Amino acid sequence: MKLIHATNLTKTFGGTTAVDDLSLQVRAGEIYGLVGPDGAGKTTTIRLLCGALRPDRGDIMVGGHSMIRDPDRAREQIGYLSQRFSLYGELTVLENLRFFAEVRGIPRSEWHDRAMEILEFVGLADFANRRAGQLSGGMKQKLGLATALVHRPRVLLLDEPTGGVDPVTRQDFWQLIIKLVAPSPPTPGPSLLSQIGRGGRGGEAGEGGEGGVAVLVSTPYMDEAVRCTYVGFMCEGRLVVEDKPATLRRRLEERIVELRGESLTKLRALAGADENVESVQTFGDRLHLRVREGSSGAVIGNLKKSARQQGLEIHKIETIPPGLEDVFIALLETSNVERET
Amino acid sequence: MLNSRLLSLIRKEFIQIWRDPRTLMLILFIPIMQLFLLGYAATNNIRNLPMAVFDQDRGPAARALLAAYRAADYFDIAFDVDSEAQIRELIEAGDARLGLIIPPNYSAEIGGNGSAKVVFVFDGSDPTATSTALAAAQQIGWQHATEIQQQRLSRAGVPISGEMPLEIRTQVWYNPDLVDAYFMIPAIIGMILFAITSILTATTIVRERERGTMEQLIVTPIRPWELVVGKLLPYVILALTNTVEVLVIGSWWFGVPVRSEMWVIMLLSSLFLVTSLSIGLLASTIANTQQEAMLTVWMLLLPTIFLSGFFFPLEAMPLVLRWVSYVLPLRYYLVIIRSLLLKGTSVSALQNEVIALVIFGIVLMTAAAMRFRKRLD
Repeated sequence: MKLIHATNLTKTFGGTTAVDDLSLQVRAGEIYGLVGPDGAGKTTTIRLLCGALRPDRGDIMVGGHSMIRDPDRAREQIGYLSQRFSLYGELTVLENLRFFAEVRGIPRSEWHDRAMEILEFVGLADFANRRAGQLSGGMKQKLGLATALVHRPRVLLLDEPTGGVDPVTRQDFWQLIIKLVAPSPPTPGPSLLSQIGRGGRGGEAGEGGEGGVAVLVSTPYMDEAVRCTYVGFMCEGRLVVEDKPATLRRRLEERIVELRGESLTKLRALAGADENVESVQTFGDRLHLRVREGSSGAVIGNLKKSARQQGLEIHKIETIPPGLEDVFIALLETSNVERET
Repeated sequence: MLNSRLLSLIRKEFIQIWRDPRTLMLILFIPIMQLFLLGYAATNNIRNLPMAVFDQDRGPAARALLAAYRAADYFDIAFDVDSEAQIRELIEAGDARLGLIIPPNYSAEIGGNGSAKVVFVFDGSDPTATSTALAAAQQIGWQHATEIQQQRLSRAGVPISGEMPLEIRTQVWYNPDLVDAYFMIPAIIGMILFAITSILTATTIVRERERGTMEQLIVTPIRPWELVVGKLLPYVILALTNTVEVLVIGSWWFGVPVRSEMWVIMLLSSLFLVTSLSIGLLASTIANTQQEAMLTVWMLLLPTIFLSGFFFPLEAMPLVLRWVSYVLPLRYYLVIIRSLLLKGTSVSALQNEVIALVIFGIVLMTAAAMRFRKRLD
């Protein structure tokens, strides 16, 4: 079931086109990762999807309701966490949740149980009465997620939710997102927790296996993009490529060569001179060479030979499975080349 | 109209105000501080101006003249000097504000039916104080001269009745003792209503935008008008609380009369509040940061205070500035609140001002609401 269905979205600010004819779909139980360089239009896309901005053209259906024609019903389906989201620092954790529950129209009799259940879920139950301003960065992030979940949305839009957060907290945060989209919670139990994100009220959607939310998340981190069901790569307002992470990586199968040795700078120059090498990236103590299709054997042979001639030492040279990072660098370079020609 | 979303917004706003001690102090104590500062400091009443006297005569008539000046509490004969140069020195140093020079033959001239001239010199660097002192010096001098004349006439055997041929009786209505505080305190109410509501509403809205919570609010079912009302209503309540606060202290401590019904004062004050809230709301749509919002309002606040008749009478302003004052809502409110408190004027007598405020309220609120909506998109 398509919970997010955007077609031909276009948004211009003044003369610049921030989002250009973008279409995407996210189904229940899927995590869609939006990646791309800064200024590619990721944030604008998310703001269009959640109804904070109105598109110049195109339509957005959220849970079967049009954001253009019936924004209220469409927004009801959405939990949104903006990039620079923050909460009311003067209010306690619980008061923040209460506020967002009440403005979402959750009845007085329900908000407290629901808030406590969500706090339990994100691991903030012990901090219910602490002022939000006194929480650590990671806790604030989780509280942000909690406020976005308080009305049990079927669609979750997260704009760089883990920006500036330490790796352990990022890990925690992703575990929560994965738990939300998983059709059945990993820990079975009578907890109301299973109803979070099940859409509808009282869990009628929980029965038919259609449960789970649709998550769309933008992220600058490739290790996060890998966790997504689908990844969309945006560049200059357009969705350039969209596929499963594994499929995307297969595009560069046998085309990434990893190289370690002394000195890296000289090896880099040497590799760059090879006409079969499309690009060289330095990753700490190693180089990643992207080579032409079917040329990895030749590149490795040539490099070994010329390094020996120049007295450079190669510790290790081999083809490796491509990472998403390699794929996106390749995509970015291709789109830059296209633009220049 | 008061639905649960609106109530949640209002409650949230109050919790935020309550837990932010600086804002709370600003709201509760600044009006009291301003009240006492302006209630006491903003006065034109001159008392005990230091005076230097160069008495070249030192005769009985000169002593009588000095006694007349000493009796009025306008002047304090603080220095007895021996030259005009010394008077200049004292005035230049700021120790004396005026000097009196009595000529050497003063007693002789006065006693011998002649005519004597005394000279007053004033420090004109503060025109307000000086013009009061000048008038007082002349007035006391005239009175003393009249007494001398009467003495001469009676000595010459002319019968004089106790009364002067012309007597001028003055009656000052509404503020018979011309207490400056009675003039200032109603104006302070106007300034507080204007400053508190416009600054606070502008910053509170910009703060939501700065923090990114505005975006979270936009994607909730909250309607723009609910957002505006929910953000503004708490400050309306606070501003009206301040009004009562200032009125109570003004009437108990400073004895300012309150000659109108409380509900009339509150009603017309609320009318004025609509205009200040709109100005705050407009400022919030222009500004991107709280500082910008604050500055924008400040830039409006200063001319408003100077041109609205707060300190200086509108009648004394050049024509162009008087025209400018017509676009300041505070100008009308000051007329209203002063009339209500001091004169107990009926609302019908204030209809021009009330109509002006209604028009300003509608125009500003519409403009603010339209810009606010646009800014949300």
